[in-house]
Amino acid sequence: MQIFGKTQDNLWTLIAAPTIWAFHFLFCYFLAAYQCAPNADPFTRIGGTRLAIGVVTVVCLVLIGLIVRRSWREWRVDGGGTRNNQDTPEARERFLEFSTLLLAGLSFTAVIFETMPVLLIGDCR
Amino acid sequence: MRRGQASSIFSVIALLSSCTGPQTAFDAAGVEAQRVLALFWVLLTGAVAIWLLVIGLSYYATKGDPAKHSEKTGLRLIIWGGCVFPTVVLAALLFWGLKMMPELRRPADGPTIAVAGERFWWRVAYDVDGDPGAVRNLPQGGVPSANEIWIPVNKRSEILLGSPDVIHSFWVPSLAGKMDAIPGRVNRLILEPTELGIFNGACAEFCGTAHAQMGLRVVVASEEDFARYVRAQAEPAAVDESVGLSLFLQNGCGGCHSVRGTPADGDVGPDLTHVASRRTIAAGLLPMTEENLAAFIAAPDHLKPGVEMPAFGVLPDAEIEQISEWLGSLE
Repeated sequence: MQIFGKTQDNLWTLIAAPTIWAFHFLFCYFLAAYQCAPNADPFTRIGGTRLAIGVVTVVCLVLIGLIVRRSWREWRVDGGGTRNNQDTPEARERFLEFSTLLLAGLSFTAVIFETMPVLLIGDCR
Repeated sequence: MRRGQASSIFSVIALLSSCTGPQTAFDAAGVEAQRVLALFWVLLTGAVAIWLLVIGLSYYATKGDPAKHSEKTGLRLIIWGGCVFPTVVLAALLFWGLKMMPELRRPADGPTIAVAGERFWWRVAYDVDGDPGAVRNLPQGGVPSANEIWIPVNKRSEILLGSPDVIHSFWVPSLAGKMDAIPGRVNRLILEPTELGIFNGACAEFCGTAHAQMGLRVVVASEEDFARYVRAQAEPAAVDESVGLSLFLQNGCGGCHSVRGTPADGDVGPDLTHVASRRTIAAGLLPMTEENLAAFIAAPDHLKPGVEMPAFGVLPDAEIEQISEWLGSLE
């Protein structure tokens, strides 16, 4: 169903960005643990792991960036607005769009935070 | 003054008194403890400032006249105060903390000391050669000791931590943060003391009934004193043909304890070769005196519930005294 001639938001569009964030978190966590859990050689550089995390981070940030762009546009079509206390399809749509935008912003920041360790720590110590 | 007020003032004074002494992170005497303390003060100051700001705002919102501001101003406050400010502050703190970590864990330039957390004491070995790692046990050999660790000042000593039984955690608050001692794994902790002195350590992971009595002492000495100490610990005990020694052997103490230079070569309990050179007995529990040694031999479980050593209270007092007198001579 189309409302206002644009895509309708739903629960899936809402959770897309946090899902990418969760994937990024697990990817970094598993890869770093796989590399460092043996704890045998804490001073060996882990360039490959850092590069892999870097590439995945860029992909995740681009995807989340696209979600930010889309939700911003959808939300701005009707001039934005943050009143969500009406029982109408328009208000529901606006609520979903604005929530998606906020969640995508949060996910973008979180992915950057998760990547900071590989920028500052070059080995397993 | 009301009773409630008096007791709260008393509790504050009691709490403040724990900010100095040999077992507090507030009295930092090591590089890691100093960095963590600086981080703590910055976090505390920031948290208090933010708390006051938020409480002030909520007071203004309920008691003041927030309606005179436009909705746009409110929204701006939320975006800058609620989103941008916390993100920037958290990013700065994360950057600071992450920058600190690899620096604190850089390679050691001092001795490597193996420390095993055992229920409920610390097995120590100087001059060991080993590495950290998983599916690994602590390196064997070295100069054995227990419950008292000497390290040189202004050197980065590497403590290799392991355990043969359950998970313990090694913590000397004045010198550095905690590190777990995990069975089947060797963890690494760097201690870099900046002051001479004697510091208390503790097991910081609940490990059984006498967990609270599983302490240790860390003696920070000059490099020369440290080398002299380890050399002395490597020597066998200065034994003579005393009655205490024969009673020690007759009663089977050597089945669990080693006294190098005698037939006692047990490996279950602490090495007693130079037991009298330590400051405490029973893992930091009591000062090293012959009376305390006698009390511990007679009823170890009474002082340290759950300890593996059986009580020897059945022995005549005179014999216990002779054993403890002999142990008290092993410097």
